Amino acid sequence: MRQNDIILQTTTKIVLFIILAFSVFMFFNGHNNPGGGFVGGLMTSSAIVLFMLAFGLETTKRILPFDFKLVAASGLLIAILTGMGSFVFGVPFLSHTFGYFTIPILGEMELATATLFDLGVYLVVVGVTLTIIQTIGEDS
Amino acid sequence: MNAIEISKWIVGILVLFGALLNLISAIGIIRLPDVYSRLHASTKAATLGVMCILIGTFLFFSIVDGDINARILLAIVFIFITSPVGGHLISRAGYHAGVSLWESSIKDDLHTKKRKKQS
Repeated sequence: MRQNDIILQTTTKIVLFIILAFSVFMFFNGHNNPGGGFVGGLMTSSAIVLFMLAFGLETTKRILPFDFKLVAASGLLIAILTGMGSFVFGVPFLSHTFGYFTIPILGEMELATATLFDLGVYLVVVGVTLTIIQTIGEDS
Repeated sequence: MNAIEISKWIVGILVLFGALLNLISAIGIIRLPDVYSRLHASTKAATLGVMCILIGTFLFFSIVDGDINARILLAIVFIFITSPVGGHLISRAGYHAGVSLWESSIKDDLHTKKRKKQS
């Protein structure tokens, strides 16, 4: 049965960007405030799930042609590599450091290598959640 | 009274008004006869109630603490967009699943249109 979903689809197109922007904000906010890779990843995947609800699995696969198992695997790889990177400087596994850098537009910022580990967590959460939902949704 | 006292009164009135609207919406969910009139109560009154409480929170923290919190403004916009759409989708799913209207209701345009399409 063909359905007329125009209200849901139009609302999704607007709301999706609010959720994605807020998830990026959550991801970068995690060092000094509530937030971080896990919550940001869950929020990104919930935005993609909203898109799946409004437009269907096939459209989502066409505009996001990733294998989400590979996304989760690359997240794990990034997390392990940030841990291994501490061996280069002769300190124990998973030691993190930070420094102050001057970036052209944003001015002086504190950049920490914990953000890279958080990026790994983010990718793993997005990959695992969307793999589960795609696998369950494909059967019906 | 200085400005902070007056703004505290405004914040208190806004939060209490929002809580009262939410109470009215909860009473409406219990008292009204069918799904559609219950959704009428819950989506409209609860949306305005939550928005009033959030505006009160935003004003409190921006005037008293001097901390402009953009997340509350984003939440107000988000609730204002999504809550009516949620009500619309629930009522439409209920109608297509065959939930009957209140027996005293007299107008059902979609029903006559559906029957015309079938015949």
